[in-house]
Amino acid sequence: MTSQDILDQLQPIFQDILDQPDLVVTRESNAQNVEDWDSLAHINLITTIEKHFKIKFALDQLQGLKNVGEMIDLIETKLAAK
Amino acid sequence: MPSVALSHLPVDQILRKRRSLARELAATPGLHPLRIAVLGGSTTNEVVDLLQLHLLEAGFLPTFHQSEYGHFYEEAVLNTAALKRFAPDLVYVHTSYRNALGAPAAGTSEAELAEAVEQETERYRQVWAALEAGVGCQVIQNNFELPPLSRFGNFDAVTPGSATRFVLALNAAFAHEAASRTWLTLQDVHGLSAHLGLAQWFDADRWFSYKLLLTVEANLLLARSLTSIVRALYGRSRKVLVLDLDNTLWGGVIGDDGADRIQIGRETPVAEAFTAFQEYCLALRDRGVLLAVCSKNDDAVARSGFAHPDSVLKLEHLSAFRANWQPKHENILSLATELNLGADSFVFADDNPAERAIVAAQVPGIAVPELGNDPSQYPRILDAGRYFEAVSLSAEDLARTAQYAGNAQRHAAQAAFANYGEYLASLAMTAEIERFRPVYLERIAQLTNKTNQFNLTTRRYTLSEMSSLLDDPETIGVYGRLQDRFGDNGLVSVVLGRRVEHDLELDLWLMSCRVLKRDMELAMLDRMVGEAVARGVTTLIGRYIPTKKNSMVAEFYDTLGFTLEHVAEDGAKRYRLLLAGYQPQNKYISLDTLRT
Repeated sequence: MTSQDILDQLQPIFQDILDQPDLVVTRESNAQNVEDWDSLAHINLITTIEKHFKIKFALDQLQGLKNVGEMIDLIETKLAAK
Repeated sequence: MPSVALSHLPVDQILRKRRSLARELAATPGLHPLRIAVLGGSTTNEVVDLLQLHLLEAGFLPTFHQSEYGHFYEEAVLNTAALKRFAPDLVYVHTSYRNALGAPAAGTSEAELAEAVEQETERYRQVWAALEAGVGCQVIQNNFELPPLSRFGNFDAVTPGSATRFVLALNAAFAHEAASRTWLTLQDVHGLSAHLGLAQWFDADRWFSYKLLLTVEANLLLARSLTSIVRALYGRSRKVLVLDLDNTLWGGVIGDDGADRIQIGRETPVAEAFTAFQEYCLALRDRGVLLAVCSKNDDAVARSGFAHPDSVLKLEHLSAFRANWQPKHENILSLATELNLGADSFVFADDNPAERAIVAAQVPGIAVPELGNDPSQYPRILDAGRYFEAVSLSAEDLARTAQYAGNAQRHAAQAAFANYGEYLASLAMTAEIERFRPVYLERIAQLTNKTNQFNLTTRRYTLSEMSSLLDDPETIGVYGRLQDRFGDNGLVSVVLGRRVEHDLELDLWLMSCRVLKRDMELAMLDRMVGEAVARGVTTLIGRYIPTKKNSMVAEFYDTLGFTLEHVAEDGAKRYRLLLAGYQPQNKYISLDTLRT
């Protein structure tokens, strides 16, 4: 799965959870520049992404993520290791 | 309203679509406003999100107040202003084993454990008393799941110094507290977590990361169970179970197969499964749930299924009956009128997905569980829906509670008797021993084909061979059903004799091993002798034909008092019993009148 594939699959997840049907996230999107991406939405996002890709993030892997791009890279690494 | 019920959505879809689902559900007219304060011992946002959806679907419009993280005690007892200002209709105190303080150290004595339990119970009593005095509303308190770790292993269940013993004792104490306070309702988290399994209940990562103690799946179960409690508190528990018949209450299609051929009873695994489902339905009725039938069938044919001797449910258990060719949703609406209840208090059980779909779409508020088509799963699926939640049990409910015990009790009873005869007498056995009847022929033929151990001749018969014997005047076929005070064992024994002048040749004698050593064979012999003498027979001829599996009955005719006449080279034995002066041998089984 390419990083573009992953981004494409993330789009509807962000749209659903943040309840913004027209939302388009990019690699540069983060909690500061996307409306309603608060800490509770963040937990929902992580839980849903884990279930969707059938992966489990390790405790220290989410701390330093700066934006969606870094999350995609992490997902890609996780999927490759499966 | 969203077109799909929440119970039919996978958990990740619910989580993902939560906001849009909530928006759609909140647009339903006539929702009942409800103010709920959630006082939590861990992060409660997820359970509140899920609870909101389920309450909306159940017809409530909830507004929530959540305590500061972990401050359930403080907000109830000390800093009560925020809670009073919110003025809740309901308070949910959501705590876990992590919020049970004072878990005893290794080496704690029984007395110290009891003291620790009392102290912690007292802390919760303060919470409940403060809520009663301060806001005066209904309080829902959960009991505790077992702790996820067992430091002593199995010994956790024994030593007073274990968290397991502490939690179990607290749960018992909470049960007593809830039973004595009508405004305190206990949510059985101990049971819920066991259903899911503790490995699926806790999520250590989410606890360390967000102080969310439980998995999404666990929070979903909590939300569903809370919704059932709220429905019950507001008098909106389901009251009626509407049942389809063919392949729902029994196996097969009664209109095609006939009442004699439906699958019910103890004869096959499938029949056993349908019987178990009928027993579950009857158990629901015994605690006050009304049962009704809605079936596409001819009325008389449908009713004949309940006259089947093995049908656990009888017509008298049914509060209303619709068997006709009208669409089911129309029948259900007319059932609601007849019972003077809203169709939103109905649960509809049907194996046919097309019927389920149309009823769910056409009858507002009705619950339609995804029953599937595997009868062994019906009780579990219905039970998991938590439709008939009770928050108390009325005296009337109790009076109806049926007494039923199983094999364990039967064996326990056996241990307590001085001799075997006393035990047999205590079983209060009654048997129906009669000439073959058409309704049983299939079961009889089946027994001849699957009984290997208690089978003297191991002759196999097809159904059509059995049917032809029914009209043969030279043949005497007798079956036996045995009941005892623990339940019905079903049709368990068959004896078949063929008259040759003044002899009756016993071509078949078999019995199910589930009723070994109950003297059923003596009762069967008594009846067979009676039939024989009435036809002028003077002698019974018994045969034992050895197989690899029937050695248990090698001496059978000897024990009945037959005389051995001849032993062949292959071990086959021939016996004779003269009937003149025969005295009945059965002492412990009373004979029942014919069941119809």
